[in-house]
Amino acid sequence: MFQAFVYLCAAVIAVPIAKRLGLGSVLGYLIAGILIGPIFGLVGSETKEIQHFAELGVVMMLFLVGLELDPSTLWQMRARLVGLGGLQVGLTAASIAAVLLLFGVEWHLAVAVGLIFSLSSTAIVLQTLSEKGLTRTEGGRSSFSVLLFQDIAVIPMLALMPVLAVPEMADLGAQTVTPATGLEGSDATDLHADMSLVEGLSGWAHALVVLGAVALVLLGGHFLSRPLFRFIAESRLREIFTATALLLVVAIALLMTLVGLSPALGTFLAGVILANSEFRHELESDIEPFKGLLLGLFFITVGAGIDFSVLFGDLPTLLGLTLGVILVKGAVLFGLARLFRLAHGDRWLFTLGLAQAGEFGFVLLSFGLQSGVFAVEAAKTLSLVVALSMLLTPVLFVFYDRLIVGRLGARLDAEADEVDEQGPVIIAGIGRFGQIVNRLLVASGIQTVVLDHEAAQIDIQRQVGVKAFFGDATRPELLRAAGIEKARLLIVAIDDRDRAVQLVEHVHRYYPNIKILARAFDVNHLYLLEQAGADLALREVFDTSVRLGAEALKTLGMHPFKVEKMTRAFRWHDQTGLDQLYHLWDAHPDVARNRAFLARVKEHGETLAQVMETDRLQLHDRTERGWTPPPKDYHRHLS
Amino acid sequence: MLVLFAHPSLERSEVNRPLARAASEVDGVTLVDLYAEYPDFAIDVDREQGRLLGHEAIVFLHPLYWYSTPAILKEWQDLVLEHGFAYGSEGKALHGKLFFSALTAGGPEEAYRAEGVNHFTIRELLLPLEQTAIMCGMIYLPPFALFGARNAVDQGRIESHLSDWVRLLEAVRDDRLDIARAQDLPRLNADLGAIIAAN
Repeated sequence: MFQAFVYLCAAVIAVPIAKRLGLGSVLGYLIAGILIGPIFGLVGSETKEIQHFAELGVVMMLFLVGLELDPSTLWQMRARLVGLGGLQVGLTAASIAAVLLLFGVEWHLAVAVGLIFSLSSTAIVLQTLSEKGLTRTEGGRSSFSVLLFQDIAVIPMLALMPVLAVPEMADLGAQTVTPATGLEGSDATDLHADMSLVEGLSGWAHALVVLGAVALVLLGGHFLSRPLFRFIAESRLREIFTATALLLVVAIALLMTLVGLSPALGTFLAGVILANSEFRHELESDIEPFKGLLLGLFFITVGAGIDFSVLFGDLPTLLGLTLGVILVKGAVLFGLARLFRLAHGDRWLFTLGLAQAGEFGFVLLSFGLQSGVFAVEAAKTLSLVVALSMLLTPVLFVFYDRLIVGRLGARLDAEADEVDEQGPVIIAGIGRFGQIVNRLLVASGIQTVVLDHEAAQIDIQRQVGVKAFFGDATRPELLRAAGIEKARLLIVAIDDRDRAVQLVEHVHRYYPNIKILARAFDVNHLYLLEQAGADLALREVFDTSVRLGAEALKTLGMHPFKVEKMTRAFRWHDQTGLDQLYHLWDAHPDVARNRAFLARVKEHGETLAQVMETDRLQLHDRTERGWTPPPKDYHRHLS
Repeated sequence: MLVLFAHPSLERSEVNRPLARAASEVDGVTLVDLYAEYPDFAIDVDREQGRLLGHEAIVFLHPLYWYSTPAILKEWQDLVLEHGFAYGSEGKALHGKLFFSALTAGGPEEAYRAEGVNHFTIRELLLPLEQTAIMCGMIYLPPFALFGARNAVDQGRIESHLSDWVRLLEAVRDDRLDIARAQDLPRLNADLGAIIAAN
């Protein structure tokens, strides 16, 4: 309990301050970790265990990233993914190894270190990009492609480590690894030791099991998840849905670990498979808070795990190595950015953003230590370099913000148009009312996001080709997942009167720039919606009733254009009344006791017949206005 | 100056849309997009009469449809120019105001003459508007017309027409238009230099 208090306390204090200072939340978490770890010593060796647990945050983040990318988008990225990612990993590893060889380092070690530093920090970069809203820029997308390739490349790298081992050190390494080494271990290696589905299998059997596991994730995600989620959704227990979402992520992570694959990669694939599912936004909003907390915890443990005794033992060397790594990585990234013709601002984002080493570096380090690639001291130094470079990343982002964006201000503004996803229209409620609204908008080429809390309703809509998502639109997290921040318009068509008003109130308060159109049930509801901030509220049966009344008049033999004029006058009278009565209602919304309101309603009702039946030759006759013939003898008075 | 703009398919307009935008950017001009304000043709008579009272010059901006205005401008006349407001012994609200039409015509100018396919000049074809203005006690000016409007963009004639348009609006606003000479022209932009006094 004390631990939880310390961690939460550190985060609650450090993160908002860092954010306010424009340093970003990641640096805040890292500083919080340094404060409670090496500086005040409030937490100790248990940070490693916590870090294992917190790595689930990285896994969840990749799941969420996957949810944002449907398979076709992923396929479109293939050139950048393989080309840019492959070149980045290959060239960085080669450059770093070459530099080390120049310094006379033994080649096995040089290659291993090169591989470790070719990786960047998915956690820090993606978190920072999304916090700064840069995910969809060219630079953001290119960074993501590289990170994804790195996540895949970790697997062959892990396989390569034993090959790079120096024979004499292999035995030594096997012995030293068991006691705590001061390294942040990783679940990948630890789980390898205690349980594995692939240990002791021959090569082809191993491959078969791995392929089977991936196939299970893909096919299960495609065929089994939707019936399961629908079943859970129909139970209408929110927390069980959340539990199911978490279970899905944890189960996939576990399966991947068992067969020796990256859990982040597995959940990413599952996310991609579910990206087109109607439960996408609900899953996002359920996982998001857990991801945020765990990822924060992860960053804290990175900060807390920095070994100050080693750090200050040889500060100049460590700083030199860290800056060296960042420089070499940055040079390679900048070259690639030019090769792939990124624009100026994107090029710097890509270069500065990915120049650090990443959390997978820790995994490779402890695995390399175990396989006898490194000596313990070397591994400690290298892991500090990884941590330091991660610590410097937010500083590089600040540098990007202040210097590059500041100088490029005007040009970046012009590029903002290229952000490809135009703000959607969110339709809350896809019952009889929302459906018609949606059909009209979609037919007019408007992109809509449809939300409803009835799984069955969503299912029907999906079958007729509507992109609808399951979820309660009155929940702020779901609205966020559905993209309310970028939306241009919200249409409220949910059946629950009170929640409709609450929804309008919430969106109006937190997103004042979004226009809100709402369906009202009656006048009272209409006033409530307008008071809550709806830009327009319409009574659901008013138009139909007027039309049916008009048809009645036509059926009785009235000339259709006369009927048209009557209904126009009726609408005008009604609207005038609504506007006038609002002020009386607003003063005292309890209609039954609002005498002034009731009196005015009566009075207004009496004027209706007057408005519609006045003498046709009078100027203020609304029904005949403008088609009024002049007086019979008017030409005599014309000059 | 009140510019009443009528174009029912704005998304396909090549000339009228830039003309409307240019007008809206001239100081002292109120531009009203009638099809946008009254998509159902339910014109608010009180509001339109209020607008007329607030301006000294009234301009119709529109493409020429069957030798006349698009339907909503005719509806606007039918509804807004009421007896007792615009004409009749009590109807003097528009007396002394300037009126003209700024139009675009598909055919070339040669088509609009006795021997051309349209048999009448543009000024003759607009006689109903001219007489309406006279009946309302307004000062009628010949139209500001662009002929061959369908090819104007391809032939690069838009820019000069736009600058003429802005020049005309500013001259009317600043009282620099020689009204007597303008009234005799076949169209206003036949010789702008002759009817506009220098600043």
